Amino acid sequence: MAVREPMRKGDSVRPHLRPTWRKVALLTVAMAFLAVGCADKGSSLPQDALDPQGSVAKQINNLAMPVFVVAGIVFVLVETLLVVAALKFRRRSDDEAPVQVHGNARLELTWTVLPALTLAVIGIFTVGTIIDINKIPKGPDVLEVTVVGHQWWWEFDYPGKHIKTANELHIPIDTQVAVTLKSADVIHSFWPPKLAGKIDVVPGRINHMVVNADKAATYYGQCAEFCGQSHANMRLRVVAQTKADWDKWVADNAAPPAEPSASDPDAVAGKALFRSKGCASCHTINGYSAGNVGPNLTHLQQRTVFAGAIFDLNDKNLRSWLRNPPAEKPGSIMPNLNLTEDEITQLIAYLDTLK
Amino acid sequence: MTTDSATVAPPAADHGESHGHVTNTGLSNEKLAMWAFLGSECLLFGALISTYFLYRGKSISGPTTKQIYDIPYTSVSSFVLLMSSLTMVLALAAIQRGDHRRLRVWLVCTALLGASFIAGQVYEFTSFIREGLTIKTNLFGSSFFVLTGFHGVHVTLGIIMLLSLWNLSLRGKLPQSKSEVVEIAGLYWHFVDVVWIVIFTVVYLIPSGK
Amino acid sequence: MTTVLEPTPAAPARSGDPGLLRRPTHPTGIWSWVTTVDHKRIGVLYGVTAFFFFLVGGGEALLIRLQLAKPNGTVLSAEMYNQIFTMHGTTMIFLVVMPISAAFFNYLVPLQVGARDVAFPRLNAFSYWTFLFGGIFLYSSFLLGGAPDGGWFGYAPNTSITYSPGHNIDFWVFGLLILGIASTVGALNLIVTLLNMRAPGMTLMKMPVFSWMTLISSFLILFAMPVITVALFLLMFDRLFGSNFFNPAAGGDPVLWQHLFWLFGHPEVYILILPAMGMVSEILPVFSRKPLFGYPVMVFSAVAIGFMGWGVWVHHMFSVGLGPVAVSAFSVSTMFIAVPTGVKIFNWLATIWKGSLRFTTAMLFALGFIGMFTIGGLSGVTHSISPHDRQQTDTYYVVAHFHYVLFGGALFGIMGGIYYWFPKIFGYLLNERLGKLNFWTWLIGFNMTFAPMHLIGLRGMPRRIYTYDSSLGVNGLNMLATVGSFIIAFSVLVFLYNVLYSCTRHRVPAGADPWDARTLEWMTSSPPPDYNFDEVPEVHSLDELWHRKYSEDENGRLVPIGGGRAGPSEADLLTGRALAPAGDGNGHGTGDHARGRQPHPTAHELGIHMPSPSYYPILTALAIPIISYGFLYGRTSGSHYVVTVLGILLLFGSLYAWGMEPSAEPEEPHDEHHDDGQPALVGATAGELEAGEGDQAPDGDDGGASA
Repeated sequence: MAVREPMRKGDSVRPHLRPTWRKVALLTVAMAFLAVGCADKGSSLPQDALDPQGSVAKQINNLAMPVFVVAGIVFVLVETLLVVAALKFRRRSDDEAPVQVHGNARLELTWTVLPALTLAVIGIFTVGTIIDINKIPKGPDVLEVTVVGHQWWWEFDYPGKHIKTANELHIPIDTQVAVTLKSADVIHSFWPPKLAGKIDVVPGRINHMVVNADKAATYYGQCAEFCGQSHANMRLRVVAQTKADWDKWVADNAAPPAEPSASDPDAVAGKALFRSKGCASCHTINGYSAGNVGPNLTHLQQRTVFAGAIFDLNDKNLRSWLRNPPAEKPGSIMPNLNLTEDEITQLIAYLDTLK
Repeated sequence: MTTDSATVAPPAADHGESHGHVTNTGLSNEKLAMWAFLGSECLLFGALISTYFLYRGKSISGPTTKQIYDIPYTSVSSFVLLMSSLTMVLALAAIQRGDHRRLRVWLVCTALLGASFIAGQVYEFTSFIREGLTIKTNLFGSSFFVLTGFHGVHVTLGIIMLLSLWNLSLRGKLPQSKSEVVEIAGLYWHFVDVVWIVIFTVVYLIPSGK
Repeated sequence: MTTVLEPTPAAPARSGDPGLLRRPTHPTGIWSWVTTVDHKRIGVLYGVTAFFFFLVGGGEALLIRLQLAKPNGTVLSAEMYNQIFTMHGTTMIFLVVMPISAAFFNYLVPLQVGARDVAFPRLNAFSYWTFLFGGIFLYSSFLLGGAPDGGWFGYAPNTSITYSPGHNIDFWVFGLLILGIASTVGALNLIVTLLNMRAPGMTLMKMPVFSWMTLISSFLILFAMPVITVALFLLMFDRLFGSNFFNPAAGGDPVLWQHLFWLFGHPEVYILILPAMGMVSEILPVFSRKPLFGYPVMVFSAVAIGFMGWGVWVHHMFSVGLGPVAVSAFSVSTMFIAVPTGVKIFNWLATIWKGSLRFTTAMLFALGFIGMFTIGGLSGVTHSISPHDRQQTDTYYVVAHFHYVLFGGALFGIMGGIYYWFPKIFGYLLNERLGKLNFWTWLIGFNMTFAPMHLIGLRGMPRRIYTYDSSLGVNGLNMLATVGSFIIAFSVLVFLYNVLYSCTRHRVPAGADPWDARTLEWMTSSPPPDYNFDEVPEVHSLDELWHRKYSEDENGRLVPIGGGRAGPSEADLLTGRALAPAGDGNGHGTGDHARGRQPHPTAHELGIHMPSPSYYPILTALAIPIISYGFLYGRTSGSHYVVTVLGILLLFGSLYAWGMEPSAEPEEPHDEHHDDGQPALVGATAGELEAGEGDQAPDGDDGGASA
């Protein structure tokens, strides 16, 4: 026991040590976190799940927000008790003899039953919402779209409208869109966060979800289920349009493809190359080719992005893409065709005509 | 045979089933381990049987149960396997009363019955393959061969175990006091039989949709 | 796994009976470790190996964070990134948290329940070597064409031969099968040890909480492993032999894989967290000088978690499209598994409430566990709101959630456990000043890395992507997370330095009971002799050691028995001057060889018959990866199946030799009773002890010892 006496000095060192670097460090972390979070928030957040823009997403959000609040209250309660206990019941003397409490049935029952009741209430609302959002709307006002996941791009098919497009899903605003989801290869997951929660695209199964948007805008999303090498490069956009814009888009995309004019020899040569270089075996251009490995290119120029929505559609990006697709999108099923620069120029000229 | 136990260290003879030491549960470690292991095996076969069940009637092409199964034939081989449980019980009873000659007779009988079952399974597999059903053919082929194959491997390991016991007994290394070893092997053997009853019912007897 | 059944010789192997190899006898040196069957050495091997893999998995984590520090990162290629994140997850789960828990199970369980070893010592060695070889097998993939790249969850059909034609996934399938064997055998061993070999008087409800958590965790392993084994076998048959289980073209359903995987995967979460909960439940009472609040409730809530853990797996599959009925049912079941977990958190708080808290490093980690695990638990509840889970799942929100559970929970608990039991295992205290630096950097780095991920995920960044666009609005948060991850790395270095420092330059002998602890392992010397206890203690109450030191007065206050001592103060520990040879003034009997520096009497001198070392566990374990390599390369060329055949021959050969070898080599008989070569079981009755029965040693493997 005698040895212990000098150690009391050591004890008195502690109060200094504590508040200084520990508190400063914790505060710094908290501040950094807030600062960084806010700085990022300055720009718009294209895939923010907490910023719902359609009725489905809003319904989900309205269910979740109160739960986040309850969770926040429990969090504050537990952490406060922890910190208070740590500050208040710190051992001050080695001879302390705390009362030996072995348990308390009433207390334990309380913190079993109270959370259970809280969760039961949450459960009732949750089940209600699950049933709601699983209802598939039907009727003349509903737009039907089929989404097909491919490694690593999205195909959008509008049954009855003879429109097939890729990576950019066009929908009219204030309309229930009944989406049917299929996969051509592995499992993917279709996720436009501001419009709806994700649903997987499973080979051999057919899934359904409902999407709608309140405002005309472009909404971002991407594949959310790991689907192989370029999973990160499988993005998508949902373009919600006013009724007038939507009608025009449907008319443009249902039209037969444009023919390159004879005055544009590059485009004419490109059209021939499209077949001779094998593009035609994978890509469909209505009336010209019928491949189904890659995206339908009939109205390529109606889109703003390509290759899993990772590149803006322009001549410069198309050129680097055609030079070597796997270098642009790792694992790309489209191989390097070893095209010459002239061939690329001609192909791009042809693709530019596909309005 | 008393001569067998005579070759063994004498003090062992009066130890009962629990080897003379006390465990918390009263079961010996080995027996408890076997029970736990069989619990684990239940999940293994449970998952395999569920897989077969889920894929019943889901095959897209190729032969299915009706065209392939020969129920009377499999019933006979199932009966053979069930009988082996009986001989296993007789083997245990023999060693427990110190009858080492009968122990060996029944062990060999059990192993032979098990081996006939395996032979029957090999014949069944080859005839299925001749009729055009392999593991690659369709879902039925995949789940049938994997499930029954897994069971067959278990039976085969059981046979090896029984023959090892027989060999030990021949060399006088399986005295009456170690009868628990036979009991534990028996637990395994009966388990494998019970699993076969389930498989036979699920795979052969319950008609599939198609 | 059928080794348990191998028949055994009836007579002791005579010394003239050579077997295949001569019985190893090395008392020290590398061969003594290779052939050891001592649960403490095996525990240390588990711990060191798992910690090595922790450094590897941590290195992978740093690579991931470097790649994601900025948008469009170029540190790793897409291909490499997918391998790294797959191996990070697989490593941390199967090669780090499970085996570190196994290290504690192995080392502590026999000590905590007053046994001399586990039920099947050689099988225990076999588990370890199988785990080690499984880990090496998995990592050999990096040198043999590429590591697994299908995610730790390996969803079909991405892992099928069509979409993953290389050997990457084969390594994953066989690696996990091998590791599954190791875990299952280990769990079997621990279950039998805990159910059968407790010291006289220790009923199940007097068993230390950590041992309870071990038991529950082991049962979960025992029942969960076969399920993933089947899933892996089906995938293996698809890949190697062309079956159609997960082939959609033939009608196979990839969702079957998910059901099987998560039916294993969710109990697995509890396999990972329950041991840490057990450690925390040991640490908090010791440094609060109060018993665990509501011991029976703690036990029953863990049992409840163990059962309910089987009914919630679909919450990993809320976005699969299983229909409203299944989704509703599993939403509700998932909510309710939070109840027993919440009970535990409140009981821990009640344990420290009005205690006399001593802030050792172990205590800090245990408190950190409560704080951080609560966050993980609460974000878990938000997942159960399945409609919103469709926004959360497969995003960084989930990454944040499970790191708060597995890092904030499991690893905080494990670090607490290391600081707490290190002196028992190695005989020296870890330095407290470095320990505190370790804790605070760990806590700060951890929160800096994973707290931002909640927001990153909710802002729409999916998991498992090697690149992201700067427009997502997560650049700063990702950078913060990366900086945080390097603070964790620094913290790990501090820990390593602490171990080095405390074991070489600045040794502080621990004594038998440096913390004034409560359970049996602190009754024996640090480190304990190979036979654990000179005399198997008789147990009268929960926290047996505590009740030998203290009683309660009529107001429930603590009263030392015979003027006993309290543990060293915090300042004592901090300056490292605390612990003169541990006092045994209160007569709990081990002070004589408290430091283990004075030589212990040998087991032989005490008449204790311990199991003998053996070559066969490691040889048997070696056969398994050989068989696997044969299958793996047999897929590309049939002639490689020769390797499989060789492996099977080795397997059966070593199993046969194992079966023929007695668990314990018969010693020179020193009394009539030992003649039968059958070591008696540890959990002998008090009566037997009083009768002076000396040879309390574990039973043989597989009935291996002769009678």
